[in-house]
Amino acid sequence: MNSPIRRLAAVVTLLFASLFISVTYIQVVSAKELEEKPTNIRTLYKERSRERGNIMVGNKAVATSEPSDDLYQYLRKYNSAAMYAPITGFYSVVNGAFGLESAENDYLSGSSDELFIRNLGGLLTGEQAQGATIETTINAKAQKAAWDALGDQDGAAIALDPETGDILTMVSKPSYNPNNLATHDIDKAKASYKKLNADELEPLLNRTIRQLYAPGSTFKIITSAAALSNGWSADSTANLTGVARLDLPETTATLPNDDGLPCAGGTPTLRQALEKSCNTTYGQLGMDLGQETLSEQAAKFGFGQALTVPQTVVKSVFPSDLNKPQLAQSAIGQFSVRATPLQVAMLSAGVVNGGVVMRPNLVAKVTSADGKTVSEPSPEEFSEAVTPEVADSLKSMMVSVVTDGTGRPAQISGITVGGKTGTAQTAEGQNPDVWFTCFGEKDGKKIAVAVVVEDGGRLGSEAFGSTVAAPIAKAVMEAVLS
Amino acid sequence: MASARTASPRTGRNLEAVLIAVAIGLAIGAYALVGLGVNDALPPGMLGYGAGLGALALVLHLAVRRFAPYADPTLLPMAMLLNGLGLVMIHRIDLGLGKSFTESAAFRQLMWSALGVVAATVIIIWLHDHRVLSRFTYIAMAAGMVLLLLPLVPFIGKNINGARIWIGLGGFSFQPGEIAKIALTIFFAGYLVTARDSLSLVGRKVLWMQLPRAKDLGPLLAAWGVTLAVLVFERDLGTSLLFFGMFVGLLYIATERVSWVVLGLLLFVGGALAAWQLFAHVQARVDFWLHPFRDDILPYSTQIVQGVFGMASGGLIGTGLGEGSPWRVLYSASDMIFASLGEEMGLTGLFALLLVYALIVERGLRTAIGARDGFGKLLAAGLSLTLALQVFVVVGGVTRVIPLTGLTLPFMAAGGSSLLANWMIIAILLRISDSARRPAPEADGPLFDLPVDEIPPELQDGSNSQGDDRDQYGSGNDQETVVVR
Repeated sequence: MNSPIRRLAAVVTLLFASLFISVTYIQVVSAKELEEKPTNIRTLYKERSRERGNIMVGNKAVATSEPSDDLYQYLRKYNSAAMYAPITGFYSVVNGAFGLESAENDYLSGSSDELFIRNLGGLLTGEQAQGATIETTINAKAQKAAWDALGDQDGAAIALDPETGDILTMVSKPSYNPNNLATHDIDKAKASYKKLNADELEPLLNRTIRQLYAPGSTFKIITSAAALSNGWSADSTANLTGVARLDLPETTATLPNDDGLPCAGGTPTLRQALEKSCNTTYGQLGMDLGQETLSEQAAKFGFGQALTVPQTVVKSVFPSDLNKPQLAQSAIGQFSVRATPLQVAMLSAGVVNGGVVMRPNLVAKVTSADGKTVSEPSPEEFSEAVTPEVADSLKSMMVSVVTDGTGRPAQISGITVGGKTGTAQTAEGQNPDVWFTCFGEKDGKKIAVAVVVEDGGRLGSEAFGSTVAAPIAKAVMEAVLS
Repeated sequence: MASARTASPRTGRNLEAVLIAVAIGLAIGAYALVGLGVNDALPPGMLGYGAGLGALALVLHLAVRRFAPYADPTLLPMAMLLNGLGLVMIHRIDLGLGKSFTESAAFRQLMWSALGVVAATVIIIWLHDHRVLSRFTYIAMAAGMVLLLLPLVPFIGKNINGARIWIGLGGFSFQPGEIAKIALTIFFAGYLVTARDSLSLVGRKVLWMQLPRAKDLGPLLAAWGVTLAVLVFERDLGTSLLFFGMFVGLLYIATERVSWVVLGLLLFVGGALAAWQLFAHVQARVDFWLHPFRDDILPYSTQIVQGVFGMASGGLIGTGLGEGSPWRVLYSASDMIFASLGEEMGLTGLFALLLVYALIVERGLRTAIGARDGFGKLLAAGLSLTLALQVFVVVGGVTRVIPLTGLTLPFMAAGGSSLLANWMIIAILLRISDSARRPAPEADGPLFDLPVDEIPPELQDGSNSQGDDRDQYGSGNDQETVVVR
């Protein structure tokens, strides 16, 4: 009977071998795939139970992880509620993550490879990985000023440091309270999300980088840049028209000036055309410059380029295959030209920074839980949109807009301010989206701002960029420079 | 031969004592880790736990030292280690679920451990010779059948978690199948040792295989029928696989005929396929096994899926004891304890545990090879095989090698009946190994009163031509040898 027992022992060995294999398969070979399955609540619990790093604005934490004694070990708290919501986004146990919480999740949750080595000790002692702290580039004072100035109007305000690309304010309205989404009360979190998601005004949308608007007359900065780069000059009337109403070729349609009057008596300089925001002058300029030149100039400022700040920015659009009338419309920021507020801010930023557009960025520094710097992005050049000479001319033209033209409401004594208004018709019978983009400069310190107010804001159909948007931009500049 | 035995042979008892100390040390260490992991402090009950476990081990060790001094020295420490680590994991899951000590599963498991050790001690002390058990062959059969089918009896049978393998009396539930396992092994061994001659007779030849005679098929068919009844009426694939596997295995050992194995496998596969065709609950089990992640199945296959997720989160070295969240799996302390262990102890820990199980089985089969009588061989092999099959069915179920069934992981899973039965199995194995390793005595007179028909022909003339040429375990000698003076 012994040899069958030995053979049976061999069979038992095979049975055990199959167990060794299956265990290895589950715990090593397919472990990662299993961990990443969307139905794996364990991975979610594990991640959600981590102490996430703080999100800082200056010395103040706008998002923190508080110990919590319920389902998960830590509750995410947003200390300024709606004002910083577009920046922080939210980290919800049922609704996923948004904003920086999503874009910088690897750092905040501590799962980033760069943090791995630091957490190696913890891996062996079984301690939970701790998230890294994200310091943002936001200027708390400017953020508050923009938030208050925008008031109950819907729209967006974004400010940049033109020399570094640092994003100083990021305000989007209407906003939401991220705490309602981050709550561990699952039913409440789900209901809040459903409500916000169904809201027509789209409070969850970060308008500064995720919404495309018709840029209106702010696009004339690009048309001016293209003209100055192609033989036109700021104070010459050569090759410019100033008629009250521009006949468009290939069609019976015309393009009028806003006030229905000729521009500077019919013979404007480029500077005067920008000051008065003359549609006919720029419409003709657009047709003279041509599709390719305008499109290239727009791309140099960032149109059509992929950007992350680190949240992904929607690409601004300059249309292709335009006929002449469409080209004239596009040159004044109408037709199907679309831009994010960030893109419009980058126009002013490039102009005041000698023609160089810096890559916009929201994260100043990443610090691990033990206080070491993990990442500190240095300013990075995004593009050279125009030559320094063209930038100088453009800058002085935009200053003239504020001293003598449509941008007067943005004047601040003691500060050099240049800007451009915009009033974009969105649809027949609808109030316009109004714009103001500007730069301010004082003692070498610079700021670039873009503000858009939807649907005419408080003034409705009577709204202009100068009356509604410019005061908001002014408040932001004052907060930073005064 | 006598001259070779004058020096007193090594019993291995001191080695056993050292190994037990190591096993208990490991268990206490694990207990401390759980405390540190969950509460950041050494658990207050640590010394009590260690002392309790140590006392249990000491009682059993002393009984073995006194009454079965030549028993295999590794079986007891390995069982102790598994029992101890199982208690730790159950305690850990209690903590995760926030249960107080008195209502905790660990407390009950500790009581059952004590009962199991007491039962093992009683067996070691009272059962001087395992062959006494062969006298109860048919009583064991009757008892085994009754125990196995008891859960089907109305009023006392209970359907828990979809399987009808429990009986309940008052507030107390018990899986009689666990004890039936031992009774039926005794029956199979006793029956096969007498019937092996007729069962090995050759019938017709089909293809390359010599089939048994048709009239000898009765017992195989009977076992098959009972197995299918268990599968269909008690909805317990694990138990049926266990019994049938053990029966076929023992049939093979007794007759040395592969044809029995082939026939048995064909019958089992055929029966299982038929059951799969006919019964929705069997189909559901198979679906949970093959496609647990499919959207329409996911709501029902939570148990296996969460178990697999738990093990995956453990990875190579585990989260560490007390650092994971094994309680999120359904039945994490009982049916799914292997997944819980995998999460916190990782692949490393599971390999170690599987190796311990494999070693227990290996020592059991070695005992079978070394046993000096046919009944002992079959009994030891049968008991080892049940352990091996049970580990395979449980771990294979949890890791998706086979469909998941409701068996318990021997010594580790929360469940009193299983713990009791497995300690009894260890005790019987210790007893058989003692007689297998015991040097032949010097005194005259028959050592065993074998039935005459079990004495090999070459010994019946009174001379010991074969002799006992074994040192500790059987040599490669395939001839069954029985020492008779």
